[in-house]
Amino acid sequence: MSHDETLKESLTRNGVSRRGFLKFCATAASIMALPPSMVPAIAAALESARRPSVIWLSFQECTGCAESLTRSHSPTVEGLIFDAISLDYQHTLQAAAGDAAEEAREEAMKENWGKYILVVDGSIPLGNPGYSTIAGISNLDMLKETAKGAAAIVAVGTCATFGGIPKANPNPTGAVSVSDIIKDKPIVNVSGCPPIPVVITGVLAHFLTFGTIPELDELGRPKVFYGNNIHDRCYRRPFYERGEFAETFDDEGAKKGWCLFKLGCKGPITYNACATAKWNEGTSFPIESGHGCLGCSEPNFWDMGGFYKALSQPAVDVSQTAAYALGAGAVAGLGIAALNRKKKADVATDHQTVTIHDLRRNDPSKTEAEDS
Amino acid sequence: MNSADFLLWVRGTGLQIATVIFVFGVVLRLFEILTLGHKKNLAVTRGSGFKEGFRNILTRSLPRDKNTLRRSMFTIVTGYVLHIGLFVVIFLLAPHISLFEGIFGFGWPSISTPIVDLFAVLTMIALLAILYHRLTNPVLKFLSTKQDYFVWALTFVPLITGYLSYHHLFLNYNWMLGIHILSVELLMIFLPFTKLSHAFTLFIARWYSGSMMGEKGVKS
Repeated sequence: MSHDETLKESLTRNGVSRRGFLKFCATAASIMALPPSMVPAIAAALESARRPSVIWLSFQECTGCAESLTRSHSPTVEGLIFDAISLDYQHTLQAAAGDAAEEAREEAMKENWGKYILVVDGSIPLGNPGYSTIAGISNLDMLKETAKGAAAIVAVGTCATFGGIPKANPNPTGAVSVSDIIKDKPIVNVSGCPPIPVVITGVLAHFLTFGTIPELDELGRPKVFYGNNIHDRCYRRPFYERGEFAETFDDEGAKKGWCLFKLGCKGPITYNACATAKWNEGTSFPIESGHGCLGCSEPNFWDMGGFYKALSQPAVDVSQTAAYALGAGAVAGLGIAALNRKKKADVATDHQTVTIHDLRRNDPSKTEAEDS
Repeated sequence: MNSADFLLWVRGTGLQIATVIFVFGVVLRLFEILTLGHKKNLAVTRGSGFKEGFRNILTRSLPRDKNTLRRSMFTIVTGYVLHIGLFVVIFLLAPHISLFEGIFGFGWPSISTPIVDLFAVLTMIALLAILYHRLTNPVLKFLSTKQDYFVWALTFVPLITGYLSYHHLFLNYNWMLGIHILSVELLMIFLPFTKLSHAFTLFIARWYSGSMMGEKGVKS
């Protein structure tokens, strides 16, 4: 496939009908929360879009994000959209290896300087450059070098967006996110462990259609996909309201599909499209399968106090702290009590009986003569 | 600091700090008060006073005197709404119970959230009425100190932030929830050292005065 081939040509070549393509455009429009009137505009933009060069860098990651994208929805139109970009470097998917692979990256960078999209999955270790290298180049150096010529950066997965699992306490490699290092480029954070495939393709479709990155929330995530929290869109929400909770994974409540809050569901603090876009071609999402949300699209989701601990429970052990404070309070209280007792006893000992005579003698206005 | 870091801090370190100060403070104050003791009673007592103490806790908690009821209707009604409301909101909301369960190891049944929500609103209305009363009644205003307004705010902020976070209003839920937890932590920190310590001393004091009256043979 050449760089000059448009998406329309690519789709036609791959046997995708006009109807199928428009269906995808309509889905994309609804996912991006755009009015239906935008569908023709999206179709027109996508049809004439030249395949932009994409360089995909994988750092400290598990390849789950790439798996999510390539496996779960293929072969569909979303998959073809991905074919329709020119994925010039992705060391899991590309055929080239060794020096040839690195040359592909350098060539793509040179040819498309200032125009290519940089996709990053995985976190970057700052502790020791040797923790993660590609072709002898440290992740940090490769990211800085490749980011320089990028039009925009898409950080895919929670590792690239927030540090993810490598950053989890005690963060042995000193892992950081892409936005911790790159400050001068537009960065879209597509978080999730892994992110929903349609969210990744949606961000790319937005870029192809409008040439800009979508509107982002305070954590740099596209609002269209991360604007709602799971709890608000959860079909089990009525049970939360009614106070009907599953207490274990196999009790009556769990069988009846009651709320999983007490089993540690992090839905209330997790912003993602799982409850609406769903997984495996719209089959279901974790809560629908009977497991609470882990909060994987949020920063520090590994350190939120435990996957099976209710959100309102302390993230740390407070009971022991409270016991120590109780002991210390009792000791201090007894100390103060002892001081008070001593004061009382001192007052009793120091008590002097005052007579009329004593009072008169000390009164300077009275003379000895008057007294007697 | 983003909302996730903030929320994690208030659920972790912040809660540790607040718990230490709260527990230490309450225990300290109770020891301090309970060890004060009182003068030896040289008179012949007319009863042990033990039972009368509990009787007093009950009778002083009920608005039985018609005259007082008539004169202080406002204070009594708002006071009851506020305290019953606080009890329901703090101890019967499912997420709160699960918090206590996490700390003490046991929980109790919750009631449905919209009912707790209603109590939260009633409690806030009562608190606002109490504040208005304090600001407009000349005697009460004269008697009010800065601490009175401070403890009012300490009580009101957790309620309003809890309400806003439950309804997902104004701020992003994570921020609002974090602020709600932080406001409760501030309440915990100041409770032992302000008038709010009456939560722990009130019934002790009522028992004490009841037992004194019992010893003297006075009906409480």
